[in-house]
Amino acid sequence: MKLNEIVNKKELAPSVKLFDIYAPNIAKKCLPGNFIILMVSEYGERIPLTINDCDRAKGTIRIIVQEIGRTTQELGKMKVGEIIPNLMGPLGHASHIEKFGKVVCIGGGVGTAVMYPIAKALKEKGNEVITIIGAKTKELVILEEEMKKISSSVHITTDDGSYGKKGFVTDALNEILSAQKIDRVFAIGPLIMMKIISEITKQYSIPTIVSLNPIMIDGTGMCGGCRVSVGNETKFACVDGPEFDAHKVNFDELLHRNNRFAEEEQHSCKLQEK
Amino acid sequence: MRKRPVEERIKDFEEVALGFSKEEAIAEATRCLQCKKPLCINGCPVQINIPKFIKEIAEEKFSNAIKTLKETNSLPGICGRVCPQETQCEMFCILGKKGKPIDIGTLERFASDWEIKLDQRPKAKSQEPRAKNQEQVKLAVVGSGPAGLTCAGELAKMGYDVTIFESLHKAGGVLRYGIPEFRMPRDILDSEIQYVKDLGVQIRCDVLIGKTFSIDELFEAGYKAIFIASGAGLPQFLNIEGENANGVYSANEFLTRANLMKAYDKQYHTPIKIGKKVGVIGGGNVAMDSARVALRLGAEEVYLVYRRSEQEMPAREEERENAKEEGIQFKILTQPVRIKTDDKGWVKEIECLQMQLGEPDESGRRRPVPIKDSNFSIPLDTIVIAIGQNPNPLIPSSTPNLKTGKKGTIEANEAGATSIEGVFAGGDIVTGAATVIEAMGAGRKAAKAMDEYIKNKL
Ligand SMILES: Cc1cc2nc3c(=O)[nH]c(=O)nc-3n(C[C@H](O)[C@H](O)[C@H](O)COP(=O)(O)OP(=O)(O)OC[C@H]3O[C@@H](n4cnc5c(N)ncnc54)[C@H](O)[C@@H]3O)c2cc1C
Ligand SMILES: Cc1cc2nc3c(=O)[nH]c(=O)nc-3n(C[C@H](O)[C@H](O)[C@H](O)COP(=O)(O)OP(=O)(O)OC[C@H]3O[C@@H](n4cnc5c(N)ncnc54)[C@H](O)[C@@H]3O)c2cc1C
Ligand code: SF4
Ligand code: SF4
Ligand code: FES
Repeated sequence: MKLNEIVNKKELAPSVKLFDIYAPNIAKKCLPGNFIILMVSEYGERIPLTINDCDRAKGTIRIIVQEIGRTTQELGKMKVGEIIPNLMGPLGHASHIEKFGKVVCIGGGVGTAVMYPIAKALKEKGNEVITIIGAKTKELVILEEEMKKISSSVHITTDDGSYGKKGFVTDALNEILSAQKIDRVFAIGPLIMMKIISEITKQYSIPTIVSLNPIMIDGTGMCGGCRVSVGNETKFACVDGPEFDAHKVNFDELLHRNNRFAEEEQHSCKLQEK
Repeated sequence: MRKRPVEERIKDFEEVALGFSKEEAIAEATRCLQCKKPLCINGCPVQINIPKFIKEIAEEKFSNAIKTLKETNSLPGICGRVCPQETQCEMFCILGKKGKPIDIGTLERFASDWEIKLDQRPKAKSQEPRAKNQEQVKLAVVGSGPAGLTCAGELAKMGYDVTIFESLHKAGGVLRYGIPEFRMPRDILDSEIQYVKDLGVQIRCDVLIGKTFSIDELFEAGYKAIFIASGAGLPQFLNIEGENANGVYSANEFLTRANLMKAYDKQYHTPIKIGKKVGVIGGGNVAMDSARVALRLGAEEVYLVYRRSEQEMPAREEERENAKEEGIQFKILTQPVRIKTDDKGWVKEIECLQMQLGEPDESGRRRPVPIKDSNFSIPLDTIVIAIGQNPNPLIPSSTPNLKTGKKGTIEANEAGATSIEGVFAGGDIVTGAATVIEAMGAGRKAAKAMDEYIKNKL
């Protein structure tokens, strides 16, 4: 096997793909919550993706990617046996895992992939894990089986009601919180979802951790492009995060910041379709 | 030296300074007095034998000239372009007392360009492997900026098996991601890097030391000594309201998008957004580069906002001149206090205070003092913060027992030795943001010290 070779690929849902990549140095030391930065070509962008799982014996890492723009679509087209030109990691702080008691893990969309290794580690530390998976529609629900293995219960919501309960993850969360005492909440998904969850858990004073996804370039603390305001301090998500105390995060600012290149990105996608 | 006309050069990223033709170089070299006690050498941090190489140019012995240069400076094509000569070698040149000093930098550049263009470069060849039980000794260098490249090249020449670990996907450090192409053409940089590779140095990109491998793990992997040259890559901010607004970049982000990721070239996918009016905060080389990049990316008006007067600006004189010629507007004695945004979070204007110069401060420059109630605003679309960089804390924070100084610099002695045996450091990570030539000088010294260290250990 060559360094950065794709050794396995699977489609989990339309436009959501799983890759196992041979990267023994990263596989050796990655921990839940770490991510990588990769490039799909010399001309490409550097994009961050969470390490979903790793096989230390085989020297592979697993990433799960949702195709939303040019780079992720180009990655989606790569095949087993191809080599990812540039891949660096493991980056960011690992998740802070300890025995909290009863925890709720919420994954929205592809955020479920980011959540899985954390939920697994929480379970291994002796926590009771209650999982909520949210998706637009049935076929976008991912990792249900894997999550079931480590959770005392798995609640699924879809926007259109095609699977699980119709509604949002926040509905399921409200239901759980009103019925039992929860010690900690982990939420990973679209920013707006994390923002609303944070508002809910604040009312219950439940410590809540979110994994932020600002736009990154180097991932080494050099450019400051990934900066976020946390408790009125500026943090660089790539080196200080990506996980932060949800109740301190300025979500509105980050929502704006992640739209910085929206026009250019649309343009970039259109160019590619031609 | 000839420069490209302003109207032409502000439309692209090609080099602005054109250097000397052969005739011009010989004419300039002939002007040198060949002083018995050449003061110019005192101004060069690596003590190039300046009169000797200039004489060789005057006598058209260009290959000798380049040899003389390379005795102490392995990257003359780069230093000839970016050294602040006016405060170093050329400031001491005796001819400068009455008239114009010798244009030492441009002569240095001429010799190097001659070698590269004519492909006169002798094929790089490493010497006898420095062996221990028939096995070559492995050494590691962290960072591929001028300090790392120089140290690695010197060590390879001594016969060591050297690997450079670089976190970005391309080698070169600030020369790659910071200094724009119109000042430092990438083919020159590529050719200098190729030379180091030809000496036998391996460059492994996409490896972040402190994350992918720790310093201890490098020792475990068999590297006998390590040189840390990770630079000063942590951007400083003003800590004023609105600084995280859309349209505010650190100079590092702005220049990285433009230079490393080549956002100006449609073939490359990384975006950059520029708007019509750009304000660059700062007065150093980084600020000048950012302002001139903004202009080339299509900004209609570019302001350079600096809190002292032009005299106190740390940027090189030549670059200040270039910037002014190109139409960058200097707003001196101006201190930003607040960035105002629209309802979508985009920069709208910057509110500033007018300053006046007071007493000199620790740096010897006169301290700027705000004038009361002098607030005024400049409408802007984009703001680039270029007020300095600190050392990147990643390696110090992941290496217990590595002593650091006040601003997060790694403490190292004159020879580059740190508080950990076998670990050396040099360049911006030790001095804080400085110059290319000083970083190279540190790389050279450390290579010598590492060689002695290994010889004593074997
Ligand atoms: C630490 C971290 C971990 C991540 N882990 C994963 C993961 O495991 N799986 C996964 O599929 N994605 C993950 N992401 C998000 C992923 O990096 C982005 O989807 C990717 O950069 C988009 O690139 P693109 O060129 O395909 O799309 P673009 O064309 O760049 O963008 C398309 C759309 O996505 C938005 N966007 C741009 N960058 C981001 C971003 N960083 N996050 C969210 N939206 C963005 C844009 O505003 C635009 O609307 C992670 C992000 C971070 C910061
Ligand atoms: C825009 C700009 C313009 C400048 N203009 C001039 C000029 O005109 N003249 C002049 O003399 N000087 C100039 N300078 C300053 C000069 O470039 C620096 O002093 C010099 O590059 C320092 O060299 P270095 O080798 O110490 O570090 P750098 O050039 O910063 O190189 C450090 C390298 O280490 C890598 N690295 C960092 N951390 C790690 C890690 N943990 N693992 C692996 N790799 C790592 C970085 O990615 C980088 O490639 C300028 C600087 C900037 C930013
Ligand atoms: S290296 Fe720099 S200081 Fe030394 S002679 Fe050359 S230009 Fe002058
Ligand atoms: S001081 Fe000036 S004139 Fe004298 S040797 Fe040096 S460069 Fe030539
Ligand atoms: S991505 Fe550049 S500092 Fe975080």
